[in-house]
Amino acid sequence: MGRNAARLAAVAAFLVTLGACGGSPAPAPQTDIGITSNSILLGTTNALSGPAAAYGTIAHAEDAYFTYVNNQGGVNGRKITFKIQDDAYNPANTVPLTKGLVEQDQVFAMFSGLGTQDQTSVRDYLNSKKVPQLFVATGATTFGKDFSTNQWTMGWQPPYQGEARIYAKDVVQNHPNAKIGVLYQNDDYGQDYLKGLTDGLGSNASMIVDKESYDVTAASPASQLAILKSKGVDTLFLFSTPKPTIQSLAIITGLHWTPNAIYLNSVSNPQVYMLAAKTAGAALANVTSVAYLKDPTDPQWANDSGMQQYKTIIANCTTCKPNDGFNLYGVAVAYTMVDVLKQAGSNMTRKNVMDIAANRLNETNPFALPGVKVKTTSSDHFPIMQEQVITWSGTGWTLQGSLIDERGTLK
Amino acid sequence: MQALLQQVVSGIAIGGIFASLALALVLIYNAMGLVNFAQGEMAMLATFVAYALINRGMSYWIVFPVTLVLAFGGGIVIQRVVIRPVERAPILTLVIITLGLATLLNGLAGFMFGYVPRSFPSAFSAQTIDLLGVFISYRDLGVMGVSGLVLLAVYLLLQRTTVGLTLRAAAHHPEASRLLGVQVSWMLALGWGLASAVGAVSGIMVAPILFLEPNMMQSIIIYAFAAAVLGGIESPLGAVVGGLIVGVTVNLAGAYIPFVGGDLQLAVGLAIIIVVLIIRPNGLFGRAATRRV
Amino acid sequence: MLQRIRGAPPRYWLVGVVVLFLVGFPTVISSFLASEWAQALILAIAIMGLNILVGYSGQLSLGHGAFMALGAYTSAILAHHFKMDIVATIPIAGLLTGLVGFVFGIPALRLSALYLALATFALAVVTPSLIKRPAGLTGGVQGIILTQPDPPGFAQSAYGFLTGIAMTSDQWIYYICLFCALILFWFAWNLVRHRPGRAMRAIRDGEVAAAASGVNIAGYKTLAFGISAFYAGIAGALFALAAGFVSPDTFPVSLSIQLLVGAVVGGLASIPGPLLGAIFAYFLPIESNQWVPSQSWIPDQIASTVKNAGPAVTYGAVLILIMIFAPNGIVGLLYRGYVALNRRLRGAADRETGQMPPNPQTV
Repeated sequence: MGRNAARLAAVAAFLVTLGACGGSPAPAPQTDIGITSNSILLGTTNALSGPAAAYGTIAHAEDAYFTYVNNQGGVNGRKITFKIQDDAYNPANTVPLTKGLVEQDQVFAMFSGLGTQDQTSVRDYLNSKKVPQLFVATGATTFGKDFSTNQWTMGWQPPYQGEARIYAKDVVQNHPNAKIGVLYQNDDYGQDYLKGLTDGLGSNASMIVDKESYDVTAASPASQLAILKSKGVDTLFLFSTPKPTIQSLAIITGLHWTPNAIYLNSVSNPQVYMLAAKTAGAALANVTSVAYLKDPTDPQWANDSGMQQYKTIIANCTTCKPNDGFNLYGVAVAYTMVDVLKQAGSNMTRKNVMDIAANRLNETNPFALPGVKVKTTSSDHFPIMQEQVITWSGTGWTLQGSLIDERGTLK
Repeated sequence: MQALLQQVVSGIAIGGIFASLALALVLIYNAMGLVNFAQGEMAMLATFVAYALINRGMSYWIVFPVTLVLAFGGGIVIQRVVIRPVERAPILTLVIITLGLATLLNGLAGFMFGYVPRSFPSAFSAQTIDLLGVFISYRDLGVMGVSGLVLLAVYLLLQRTTVGLTLRAAAHHPEASRLLGVQVSWMLALGWGLASAVGAVSGIMVAPILFLEPNMMQSIIIYAFAAAVLGGIESPLGAVVGGLIVGVTVNLAGAYIPFVGGDLQLAVGLAIIIVVLIIRPNGLFGRAATRRV
Repeated sequence: MLQRIRGAPPRYWLVGVVVLFLVGFPTVISSFLASEWAQALILAIAIMGLNILVGYSGQLSLGHGAFMALGAYTSAILAHHFKMDIVATIPIAGLLTGLVGFVFGIPALRLSALYLALATFALAVVTPSLIKRPAGLTGGVQGIILTQPDPPGFAQSAYGFLTGIAMTSDQWIYYICLFCALILFWFAWNLVRHRPGRAMRAIRDGEVAAAASGVNIAGYKTLAFGISAFYAGIAGALFALAAGFVSPDTFPVSLSIQLLVGAVVGGLASIPGPLLGAIFAYFLPIESNQWVPSQSWIPDQIASTVKNAGPAVTYGAVLILIMIFAPNGIVGLLYRGYVALNRRLRGAADRETGQMPPNPQTV
């Protein structure tokens, strides 16, 4: 009996499993996937765990904004559902998770996916499926520059190259005899910034006397900074992620080195990092950066209506720290997303939403600095191209001069 | 010349960091013939505990010994709960378990404390000393000084005390020790407790320099492995010398070998591990091991 | 013939059913689920490679993700720079990686188990930085984007004939992965039953004794490394094919750990182990994120903990628990259950004569 029983059991198990799997056949395509009369389904991938998990809070902040909008009645009566998936910053996870969101959960659009490699890995797929890949959370220039070949993909924040051009303008104007040294992370992020700086300097590119790279796995950039100092650099650019930036600021002071200017990129300049560097002994002299969003820790915005609105919104997220600049970023980009959906009105198709986002955006974002326009036209698909120079006062950032506009310089 | 010296000095400074973690690795190896892949993560978690205590308003000088005691206890608990059931299992099983432990602790720390790098107070000033145009901070000197003290303590413990003797005996000749009435399993637990405490010292020393976050020790664990292997994995002195050599080598290779540059420094660590293991598996200060059958 | 089939032991039937199931079920599930199962099969191949090395020959590698990276990049570079058909690059990637693994196995001979673990772990950590360096070849940090192949005519028509719907490229990729997995599992099964397998196990259980009985230790140890790397290389090439993209961040240390988790959970030194382990290692992070929070009987607190803590905590805990309580993995548990069941069904008397699955062994 035993042997036959085993066979029977095996065959039965096979049939049962087949039957169980048969329950979910591929549904027929419909024109407005992810939209019902009372809901809009958006999806995202972000790094909730893993090496880049500090960014994960962005997705939660975005969700907090959608909750806020839903509580006020939603977008034209539709409530937004936001499905967040953790790809741990690994493109090998991004691909199946994105496919799952598109094919299984049937999202209307992907919104604010994190990471250059991660979003590159699904760009072809989303474009071939004609699913909007909106406002990716990376400043890699390719997401705006290669719009003609990827018409379903858009960035949002200033492209790294655009931002670096703003530094170039500032350095030529304020430090015309600078001997520039660059510390950059040896990945798309650092290299993109470096290219923007070199292009932006144009005929002045010889001002760069040395550039040193470090790997994201490095323990400390002390060696590279010592080289830069020994090359006589007097104007230093740090195209690094937050942790090595804080380390660098402390090391520079330790080397008894006071460059005429230290330029930080906007990713690494939130006040909490500056204070960490200060605790670690950094003098923070002549530190300069740029900003396009309001700083939640800056007292000058205490009574600003946009900032007050932000504080209300972020209270919807229990794990979000209101002072973390990434959260303000999340709320600001979610604002643009909702703005696009509102404009789409009754014509809630992927095509129409993509068209508004890529070609017809003209928004004043309450969380961005006064004067910053989130804008796209049929020939320009970089929504944010204005930033303002800021300098560190010892306790906070101070806005300097006026907005520098690099719109149209990146083709 | 000055630039070269600065590279050497900052190499020594970072080498002190590698050495401090390598010491903990050496201690575990002496206690049970195992490389603990979770050593860095245990140190990181202990540092987070210290951070939490300091944030509650406790003084640094109270937190420091309290953390060491907690880390010591934590090490013993980990050994009792996780290692003891497989104490006599093959090395493969043990390595896999410590790797699982590393993954688990890293995830837990991320979940509990988040991934934003935090500044951690230091007992030493961030001021630097000027040695003929070459700079080194009190903090770096502090790391080295404390590593030296720990080295001395570990050496005295292993070589000059009955506990140390019993510890080593239990690791090398468990059966014979058992016959002589040594509680072998508790000796292993003691080894884990001590290594965990040494790791905690390392974590607290380096956190002001590397900034505290769950992945803090991942960037240095490979170099610590390289340091321990280079020095001879049994030798505490070897760990410190190995750490300094690795620190200086990695810095000089990064600065003066264009192919390496800043971005292949980690590969230099790997190369050191592989070359030493192939050419001189016992390292600089290790004794030739006999193969157990 | 019929007699032979009817007389086959139950495990052959089980194999037949599993194969039929794997062949058949993409026709009834969505194209997306097929692509997920393709990923699980790819992992299964890599884990089988690791299993040959760790489970059968007793050498611990914590760096198999690096071999997968080599396979994936070989395939991607041949397809991208040399315009080869990506499917044709799969065996080349496997052979090249196998060769590198074989060469890597020579210095590995000199290392104790512990040192080998150390060196391979370091290799896994360094891999992403090494990939970035020859940027012209590997595409640097941007990686290489690959075009996924459309199903060829014969597959299209066969699939259309059977199911009445058009085959997607995800489904085609699934079948490529399944084809490779079947061949490689069959090969592994034959390997371990014959001379090389016996030699490897003898070395694992005691090198001195094995040498005394005339086993060529160096030869078989390096052979195990080569074969193991071959599997990882094939898996890597399929990985590139299924994702349509390779980049340095695709091969972090956690990939090597994921492979180890799969090998340990499924059961070392067993043939079905890698398949079960792969299914576990692939679907665990996905399911722990989606399934757990959706279950109402799981307390909210635990559910949100699982969701927020990410797969690392679950992986770590599972590794430790399995090593302590079920060192033979799922296969070991199933086998124990099978023996117990058999004893009930037949009585203990004819236990000795009954056909049983091969006894999985601990390392």
